[in-house]
Order: sequence, then structure tokens, then C-alpha cells
Amino acid sequence: MVDFGFKLSSSNRIDLDSCDSDLFLKLKAESGTIKQCIACGSCASSCSAANFTGVNFRKTILLIERGKNEEAKELIKGCMLCGKCTLVCPRGINTREIILSINQYYKKERF
Amino acid sequence: MKERIIFGYDPFVIPFTLGVIFILLYLGTGTVRILLSLKREEAINLLSSIFSVKIFKTFKDILFDVLLHIKIFKRNILLGYMHTSIAFGWFMLIFIGHIEVILYTPQRNGVIYYPVFFRYFVMETSQTLRGAFFFFLMDLFLLIVISGVALAIYKRFRSVRLGMKRTTRLKTGDKIALWSLWMIFPLRLLAESFTADISGGSFLTSTINNLLGRFAESTLYMDTIWWAYSCALALFLFALPFSRYMHIPTEILLIFLRNAGIKSTSSRDGFAESEIYSCSSCGICIDACPMSVSGNKSEYTSVYLLRKLRRRRQDSLFMAEQCLMCGKCVELCPVEIDSCRLKLLKKRENFPNKIFDYDYLGKREPVVESRANLEKKSKVLYYAGCMTHLTPQIYRSLFNIMDRAKIEYSFMDRDGSICCGRPLILSGGENAAKDLVEANSKIILSSNADILLLSCPICFKVFNENYNLKGVKVMHHSQYINLLIQEEKIKLKKGDFSVVYHDPCDLGRGSLVYTEPREVISAAAILKESSNLPNESICCGGSLASRRFTQSERDSVTLHSLEKLNVNNPQKLVTSCPLCLKSFAKLNKRETLDIAQLVENQMI
Ligand code: SF4
Ligand code: SF4
Ligand code: SF4
Ligand code: SF4
Repeated sequence: MVDFGFKLSSSNRIDLDSCDSDLFLKLKAESGTIKQCIACGSCASSCSAANFTGVNFRKTILLIERGKNEEAKELIKGCMLCGKCTLVCPRGINTREIILSINQYYKKERF
Repeated sequence: MKERIIFGYDPFVIPFTLGVIFILLYLGTGTVRILLSLKREEAINLLSSIFSVKIFKTFKDILFDVLLHIKIFKRNILLGYMHTSIAFGWFMLIFIGHIEVILYTPQRNGVIYYPVFFRYFVMETSQTLRGAFFFFLMDLFLLIVISGVALAIYKRFRSVRLGMKRTTRLKTGDKIALWSLWMIFPLRLLAESFTADISGGSFLTSTINNLLGRFAESTLYMDTIWWAYSCALALFLFALPFSRYMHIPTEILLIFLRNAGIKSTSSRDGFAESEIYSCSSCGICIDACPMSVSGNKSEYTSVYLLRKLRRRRQDSLFMAEQCLMCGKCVELCPVEIDSCRLKLLKKRENFPNKIFDYDYLGKREPVVESRANLEKKSKVLYYAGCMTHLTPQIYRSLFNIMDRAKIEYSFMDRDGSICCGRPLILSGGENAAKDLVEANSKIILSSNADILLLSCPICFKVFNENYNLKGVKVMHHSQYINLLIQEEKIKLKKGDFSVVYHDPCDLGRGSLVYTEPREVISAAAILKESSNLPNESICCGGSLASRRFTQSERDSVTLHSLEKLNVNNPQKLVTSCPLCLKSFAKLNKRETLDIAQLVENQMI
């Protein structure tokens, strides 16, 4: 192949029809509030854990909506469940419930 | 007093005797099972508490709690009378029955059914003073029990009159036991009345015998009624293990175990089992619970959770996750069942421990240490915690107060805190929280501070209970401000406005700090009481323990709490918890302040 000095990056497009929406649907059925997120980022900016590591709840929701469940779990596993995000969320999203549910989903014991 | 029936036996005693044998076997196996599940040291504690002076306390507790129900009396006299009359009256009937057997028919000692059916088997030959005395006592206690049963029936229909807005919903086993219990005593009255002209009676039975004699031939119905009485007893005894009345025998075991200092270690088995079976479904916790104000959430109150645990239902986890862990039900429970601990254990058993990962807290990177703002080594180390970081007005006021008092302090988490770990523990993550506890402990101990000063009762409780900070005194800022006032480091002028104080759950019931905040407020303003006693204060609705409460459900709890706080029409509401402050300030029409803000305003 001719070297043009740059490469085509692989497609980052997510096919929402074929992605793994199992977790998202379960979370939606469980509390329903997850779909109200407006991605304002208040949760991430007030996050206690984010002072030390990459925990980001806004992004976690986004990832789950797109079926990237493993990534979401990895992103949120440092959460200390402190509850600041619940208090600042303008949409009244039950953030800690969702975080625990994600982890419980991966524990595969119960949902 | 002579025996009427030579062999001292009649077939009608069979149902009752079978029932007694069944229940004794059942209780025996249950007790052995619970005792066997005790750990070695727990068993030793139990033995040493039985063979020491502690046994007197155990007997006193049994008398006061199981027989006299003193705690329910304190809540509502009528409700207390209902419980006492049935429990104590019935006990006395059995007890005096045995004495009668010992005195009059000693040859029948040890025959199970004899004391219960004494009046059937004996025949009075002459009036004796002794007989008249015992017969009088028996009639008296029967009357007392029947009055209690009448109240119980009345309560099923008009519970409000006995101080209860809601009563517990009953299950089939409960209903059978309940109805047979209601039947037992009227039947006993009838049966003893029918035989009163043969065996003798007193003011109650003899009178009824006279009345009945006018229109019924007593011998005709006598056997039938005694059969019915025996059957009602048998029905009750057979239904007992499947009903809430298991609390009667179990509570005795519970008191023995509790006085030996044993605590539950699983949500269902061992000691927990004795707690679960000791719940009398009295329903006091339903009215007490702040969840009850929000729609159908009263289904999740402790009494129903205990019931689910008893039946080993998996949805007990979901119920435990609803609870706000405010501790009010435990505070008011007449049996002192620590249902909150059972809920915690239930959540702990299901917590996804492996997934949460706090390696970033200093294990790999030393980032945490440098974050601690220990620029100067001072005696007071202030930790705001996550919640106070959302209400910076609290620590700003507190810092102003400390500056005025010329106190040197350092701010441990100015650039963001490592959570104290309690929210995690409340969700069941006791193990996961160890990492947070360790990281925070390291910082605190390396600071050489004497006092760890906190603004958040949630942190306060966990630093007291789960941390091992030797040499460091953990103080809540309401205590610390009180100390500053006492040492005259700050002076306050008493304002002419009235305030009401809200006891945060984790500071009041959770840590028993009631007086200091009140002393501080009394120095700064006119303190009005709310409609609740301090130890019955109602959760602000913000509790981090509940994983399931939605925002609107939280709001209804907040409004309920506010309504009770504002009954005496205070001008301001003062609390000492950042989370309470946030919850209340949102919905209270009056000014809502933290205690530090109030003091700052009134400083001279
Ligand atoms: S604060 Fe609430 S609405 Fe905003 S991004 Fe976070 S979860 Fe979504
Ligand atoms: S609960 Fe977790 S995600 Fe939310 S603010 Fe606290 S640490 Fe961050
Ligand atoms: S838990 Fe306590 S207060 Fe609640 S019903 Fe049982 S005994 Fe009564
Ligand atoms: S701890 Fe509070 S919220 Fe939970 S059941 Fe008891 S009274 Fe209700």
C-alpha cells in the first residue's frame, strides 16, 4: 500500500439496532430514570472519585445507551457511592441505584 | 376438693394434649438449632450470662417485656393494656392452674392437661376459704384476659382509638391463630360456667352458671363446650409456628441471647432467626416509619421485611434496599429488634464486592497523601466529607467561628474528599469500604491532630464506629461549637427569633448527640420543640441508605418531616447535617440554616 503519511481510522460508528442493549433495557425497566439524563455533566463535575480517577457517571450512561457495557463497568468501578451525583442531578436521576445495578449485573446474581 | 373423674381423663383432652406435645417439640428443635449455630465465644458468653448476676436482668426483662409489655404501655395505655391483659392474664391462669393442682390433686402433678382443665375434673365437696380465694383469682384473670381480647377485636376495626393509624395485614396462619385465640377465652368462660355448679366457681363463673341454669340444662352442653375449648386451644397451638404468635415463646430466647451480647451475623439464621420470630407484628413500626407517608411504601416497613425474611423470600433484598435506615423503627420497637442490622446484612450478602475497585486510593499512586492539605500541623483537623462539599456555606461559617475563637485548624479535604465510606457500608459494601477507611485513616493519623472535626453526621457515625483512630477525638461541629461557647472562646447574643431543631438520624438516634446542639441553639435563639420527641425525629428524606427512593418519594418524606417540625410555628429551622440542610432548604418555606450558620450570625 502506498504510504500517504496518514491512515484511515476505523469506523467508530455504533449501530444502535445491533448493539447490546440488554443492560440499558434492564436499567430502564428497573428504575426508569436513566432515560431522563440530559448529559449535563453535573454528576461528573461534582464526583468525589473523579478527583482521583476517571469515574464519570455521565459518560457511563452514554456508554450503556450505546451498548458498551464492559467499558461502562470499567469506568464506574471506582465509584465510592458517596451520593453527590444524586444530589446535584437536575433530572432527579437515581444515580447510585443505577451504579449498583450495573455492578450487580456483572455479578450476575440478581438484577 | 375431690376428683370427680376417677382416672383423671376424658377424651376431650386429646386435641389439647397433642397440640402441647407438638409445640413443645417444635420449640425444642428450634431452640436447639439456634443454640447450635452460635459461635464458640458466643456460647461461652451465653453461659456466663446465665450463671452470673446478669440472669436477674434477664428475668426482669422477660417480666417487663414479655409479660407486662411496659414499653407498649408507654406508647399508649389502651394498647399496652390490651397486650398486658392477654399475656400476663393468660400466664397467671396457667400459673394458678398449676398451683391448684399442686395443692388439691398432688397425685396429678405433671399431667399436661390437668392444670388447664382443672375445673372439669374436680368436684367441690365443701366451701373452703382457700378454694374460694383461688377461684376468685382465676375468675379475675379470666375477666382481665377477656377484656383484653375484646379490646383486640375492637382494635381490628378501630385501630386509631388504640393510638395506631395502621395495623398489620395478616397472613392465613396469623388469621387462624388470631381467631382461635379470640375463641379460647370465651369458650373457657362458658365451659367453666357450665361446670361451676359441680366444681365451684367465683363471681364470674357462678353467676353465669346461675343465669344459664334458667334456660339450659348444663350437663347437656357441658361436654360439647369443653370439647370446643380443647379444640380451640389445639388449633391455636398447631397454628402457632405459622403465625406471629411465635413471638411469645421466641422472645424469651431472644432476651437470653441479647443479654449475652450476641448480635446477628446473618440476615436469616442463628441469632437473626430468634429476632425474626420475635416480631409480634404489633405494627408500631408501620406508623413510625417515614416510608409510610409515601404511597404504597408502607409495604416495605420492618414488620413486612421481617416477615419476608422469615419465609426466606428473595424479595426481602429489594425491601431492604428501600429502607432509609433512619433507625426510628428500631428505636420504637417494643421487642428491640435490630431490623436495620438485618437489612444491612441482607444487602451485604448480595453486594458485588469484586467489582468495585479502589486501587487508585494510594495503593498504586501516592496521589492521596499529597492531596491532604496538611500545610500546618494543627490540633484540629477538619474533614468536610462529600456532603459538606455540596453545602460549602457550612464550613465557611464554621471556619469564621474558629477564626474568631483563634483556633488553628487544617482542612483535610479541601481539594476533594475520599468518601468516609458510610454510604458504601449502608449499601452493603462493608468490605469494599475498607479501602476508603484505610486511606482516610492514613491521612488522619499522619496529621497528628487531636481532634477530627466533622460537619456531617453520616461521617461522624462511621468515624466513630468503623475507624480505629487511637488518640484522635472525633467531634461533630455542633459539639465543638458548644465546647467553644463553654470555654468562652466565642460569645453569642441571644436572638429574638424562634427556631426549631431537627435531629439528623445519624447524629441523634445514630450517635446519641441530642443535648449539645440544643444547648448551642438555646444560646443563640429561642428554641421551640417540634411535635416529635428528639429520638423520634423524622428522616429528612435525603438518606443515602435507600437505593430505591425516587426524587418525588424523597420529597414527600421531606414534606412530612417539615410538617411535624413546623407545628409550633417557628421562624427558622436549624439542623446540623449538610444532607438535611439540602433536603429541607429545597422545600421549606421558612429559612433553613445549619447550626454553624446560626452561630456565625449571632456571634458578637
Ligand atoms: S447530572 Fe443527571 S442529567 Fe446531568 S449528566 Fe449526570 S445523570 Fe445526566
Ligand atoms: S456516587 Fe460515585 S459517581 Fe456519584 S459522585 Fe459519588 S463517587 Fe462519583
Ligand atoms: S418490628 Fe418491632 S415494632 Fe415492628 S411489628 Fe415487629 S415487634 Fe412491632
Ligand atoms: S429505618 Fe426508618 S425508613 Fe427504615 S424501616 Fe425503619 S423507620 Fe422505616
